[in-house]
Amino acid sequence: MGTVFIVMVGTLTAASIYMFLARDLPRVLIGFVLLGTAANLAIFAAGRVGSMVPPLVEPGAQALAAHASNPLPQALILTAIVIGFGLTAFALMLVVKAYGAFATISIEEVDEAEPHRAEPQPETLAPAARQKQEAA
Amino acid sequence: MSFVLVAPILIPLLAAAVTALFWNHPYIQRPIGLVASAALLGVALNLLVRTSDGTILVTQMGNWAAPFGISLVIDLFSAIMLVITGLMALAVSVYAMGPASIERDRAGFQPLFHSLILGVCGSFSTGDIFNLYVWFEVMLIASFGLLVLERTREQLDGGIRYVVLNLIGTTMFLLAVGLLYGLTGTLNFADLARVAPAVENKGALAAVGMLLLIAFGAKAALFPLFNWLPAAYHTASMPVAAIFAALLTKVGVYAIIRVFTLVFAHEAGFFGPIFLVVAVATMVTGVLGAAMHYDIRKILSFHIISQIGYMLVGVALMTPLAIAGSILYIVHHIIVKANLFLLAGAIRQETGSFALRRIGGLWAIKPLLGVMFLIPALSLAGIPPLSGFWGKLVVIRSGLEAEAYWLAGIALAVGVLTLYSMIKIWNEAFWKSAPEGDAAALPWTARERLATYAPIIVLGGLTITIGLLTEPFAVISIQAAESLLDRQAYIAAVLGPDAPRLAEIQP
Repeated sequence: MGTVFIVMVGTLTAASIYMFLARDLPRVLIGFVLLGTAANLAIFAAGRVGSMVPPLVEPGAQALAAHASNPLPQALILTAIVIGFGLTAFALMLVVKAYGAFATISIEEVDEAEPHRAEPQPETLAPAARQKQEAA
Repeated sequence: MSFVLVAPILIPLLAAAVTALFWNHPYIQRPIGLVASAALLGVALNLLVRTSDGTILVTQMGNWAAPFGISLVIDLFSAIMLVITGLMALAVSVYAMGPASIERDRAGFQPLFHSLILGVCGSFSTGDIFNLYVWFEVMLIASFGLLVLERTREQLDGGIRYVVLNLIGTTMFLLAVGLLYGLTGTLNFADLARVAPAVENKGALAAVGMLLLIAFGAKAALFPLFNWLPAAYHTASMPVAAIFAALLTKVGVYAIIRVFTLVFAHEAGFFGPIFLVVAVATMVTGVLGAAMHYDIRKILSFHIISQIGYMLVGVALMTPLAIAGSILYIVHHIIVKANLFLLAGAIRQETGSFALRRIGGLWAIKPLLGVMFLIPALSLAGIPPLSGFWGKLVVIRSGLEAEAYWLAGIALAVGVLTLYSMIKIWNEAFWKSAPEGDAAALPWTARERLATYAPIIVLGGLTITIGLLTEPFAVISIQAAESLLDRQAYIAAVLGPDAPRLAEIQP
């Protein structure tokens, strides 16, 4: 059982990294979803996998049975799934907005925040020095 | 007792909820926001007084006993961070009533701002690593919203880069938490600190430490994970950029200090050199990035990265003096950096542009603005007697005492380059004559002017106060550092003096 989880986590992580390397944003988002799933499975595997004994304390007993399944990872994963869903929804809306604004989904074609074109100035001199030169 | 511990979380939560109810009524939202920020500062000061004698305040949520439920733990370091958060929340709440505030408030600034403060306060208060993850996410989603508030093309582009890189970092954190739980069977910081040294699989634990370092490092903008910061910060509106610059990266630094002094303290021999290299690389790349830019916001953004390097020296050297230096540096840096971003907004208002090539001559028309700029700018560069000098002094001295001479040398050189960038802004914006061009002062009312300058003056005054009256700040930093290094006290405070050793805790 453990081996299956290891292979699944590894495959999902590899697939997500491949998706992150893509230029277009929807693929990157799918990569994020896959990576989130890999992390959730890792948490699940880090708990105790395979036990079918429900985590309930028997009447009269003081603690859980020795091989009861572990409910905590499932609670953690549930939280993480909800959070991941919210983040994905926001990121998806952002990509839709960006597509509306730039008419492209490729991040390489967008350079609004950090323009590649230099400002229309001679690059060699700092402005103060250039001004001094112009004055002279 | 326990109410005071929950108050730093409840106050911004309430403020976010109530301001969300009054979505379209900025004039109702603002007083609520102001009162909430002031109340947060008051509660945080109260917590600082209570913890200043070394007490560690603990409360268990829902009365679940310590390692099983979620603990809220506030020690002196947390209290210091909460006070500075309250101060920044108040300063930015006032500043946000400045120019363009109506549009910003109508876009939902107030609820998002208080949600951000909620996430930050939660991160500083929690004693549980999974809970820390949840607070990180609260902070993250609020910061996403704040960053793209105006929905300009520039913000959409910067926002995408910020969102994607932070999503990856945060998933790394989740993965690390899962693996840590698998190795130790617990998520409570105090319990982790107790169990971690006994973990047999040292290699796996070190791997988890590295994953956490990557996750927090991406948050704190460490080398080489800082790329999202200069790509995004300069696109945000000024109050947003100021609160981001003040708090967001520092939450990452806080998490690094907390986790690596508590849970991975026994591995300091392994992580110390890594931190040292990362700290130096962060200082150098940040300051070099700043040196090449000619936009005030971009210069300031790169300086955030550079300064984070100084804050890491504490965890790299792990001496009480070094950690005290980090804490003092964080306090100084938050005040100064937020102030510089507020000033950048004021400069734009007075001249019409952030681009240094287009503006000039401010010294002739606004000499007081020049003085207000010089205080934080020189403090950032570490000129005595301002606060930055003492921060740098303690960091560099701890480097010399630990015989890391090259670290001290590089820290000094980076200080000189910082001075270069600040002088560049000074020369271009204030000293040279105004270039002829399209940039002109933007119109604003007297009220907006007051809202803009009041926080700048108060923060500038604080910078001078820390500079001239360093003693109490240094004493409290050293006390906080010693309490951080005293892990047994933390464990005893959270788990109780006779913590049960649970056999069935390993999953």
